[in-house]
Amino acid sequence: MNATPSRGARLAWEQLWAIVWKDLRAELRTRQAWMSMGLFALLTLVVFNFAFDLRVQDQRAVGPGALWVSFLFASVLGLARNITMEQDRGPMDRLMALPVDRSVVYLAKVIGNVLVISAVEMVALPVFAALYNLPVLTLPIIPITLLGTIGVAAIGAQYAALAANTRARELLTPLLIFPLITPVVIGAVRATEALFSPVYGDAPWLGLLAAFDVIVLSISAVTFQFVVEE
Amino acid sequence: MQTVIHSPGERRLADIQRRAPVIGAALRWLRRYGEWALLVLTAAGMMLTIWASFVYAPTELVEGPIQRIFYAHVPLAWNSYVAFFFTLAGSALYLWRRDERWDSFARVNAEIGLVFTTLTLMSGSFWGRGFQGAWWWWDARLTTSLLMWFIYAGYLALRSYTGRTAQGARAAAVVGILGFIVTPINYLSVQWWNTLHPQPILELGAQAKLPGSMVAALMISLVSFTLLYALLLIEAYKLERTQALVARLRAEAELLEAEPE
Repeated sequence: MNATPSRGARLAWEQLWAIVWKDLRAELRTRQAWMSMGLFALLTLVVFNFAFDLRVQDQRAVGPGALWVSFLFASVLGLARNITMEQDRGPMDRLMALPVDRSVVYLAKVIGNVLVISAVEMVALPVFAALYNLPVLTLPIIPITLLGTIGVAAIGAQYAALAANTRARELLTPLLIFPLITPVVIGAVRATEALFSPVYGDAPWLGLLAAFDVIVLSISAVTFQFVVEE
Repeated sequence: MQTVIHSPGERRLADIQRRAPVIGAALRWLRRYGEWALLVLTAAGMMLTIWASFVYAPTELVEGPIQRIFYAHVPLAWNSYVAFFFTLAGSALYLWRRDERWDSFARVNAEIGLVFTTLTLMSGSFWGRGFQGAWWWWDARLTTSLLMWFIYAGYLALRSYTGRTAQGARAAAVVGILGFIVTPINYLSVQWWNTLHPQPILELGAQAKLPGSMVAALMISLVSFTLLYALLLIEAYKLERTQALVARLRAEAELLEAEPE
């Protein structure tokens, strides 16, 4: 089938987008996941406001953390639901029956998750900027959010698939995901903070985020085959 | 006397003894008494460590006696790195070779590493309370240590939920590989960020920043704790293999019982 390496690569590319498109259509058709994820993200932002009794001077300190915790919670909620749906209806088994490389399936899952989470973030970010009075709607927020989201989706897709086969997947998924995602959250929060109160000589958070994403993505792409193996 | 040859290991040993009698005899002795020798060595090393860190090493001028925690804290942290590295290695080898023994090796290393990390966090916390006045502060070294703790606690939680299945072992191996990412970050954190945690005292190739007696006490402690780690590893591994065997025999027995005439 793979006559030349370039042809194999093109095939993988086509398979990748076919899976992404399939997942997205399923997502758009049900509309449940991203609606509830978005609502949950907004709700978290509001709850934070009451929990910390935010005054103007506190908003700068608490804001970025609140933003990323709300993104994180909404993402994990969406990921857990996604996996539950796949387990109940069985598209994952059918996907595994296809002659598609497992790392392609993994990358497709990550891209699908990034797209859905990004849609939620596009709604939540302006609301956050308005509720917390913080000037975050600038151009640099795009790479920060994208890199943070890739990190969350990369770890999330792997661990959600991994916990899916266990008895307590709802409990195990966050238990496994949160500690490993924390470096991503720290990097994203610091980079967001630097948008409106830059720290001189601070660590290059964006570079660290990118490096972390690349490491997680490559290890996961190689090991995903062992997770979904029957 | 003719020995009965029953296992591949025994056969290999007999083969070595035929060709090199001295080495073969040494190996046979190690096989029979090695664990006891290690136990005796570890016990003696621990006694020596207590003496070295409380009597032999001088009291630090600025920090006072609380600094002596250092002689337990550093070796514990060092051995937890070693254990987590072996969890990574065991996990990768299991996925590659599909030999259940590598899986057991990875698992017992995670267990020991978690215990050592717990003790590292506790001893560090006591030191912080005594010297800095706070049980905990959120700097990069302490935060990543805590993350390591949560990652391997999650690893063991996953293992207990999946039971002894091949699928569970593969899932755990992936967690054992991915989870290791935080360990080098933890190790390098004191150099990357300005932490309240002290900088490393001993670096390879660099001049030691301590008086010789303190270095000697630390070295004695480092060797003893590494012996303790090795002893725990051997005992935990044997226990783990026995448990796996019991689980397999029980499953076979149930299968036999369930079978009709």
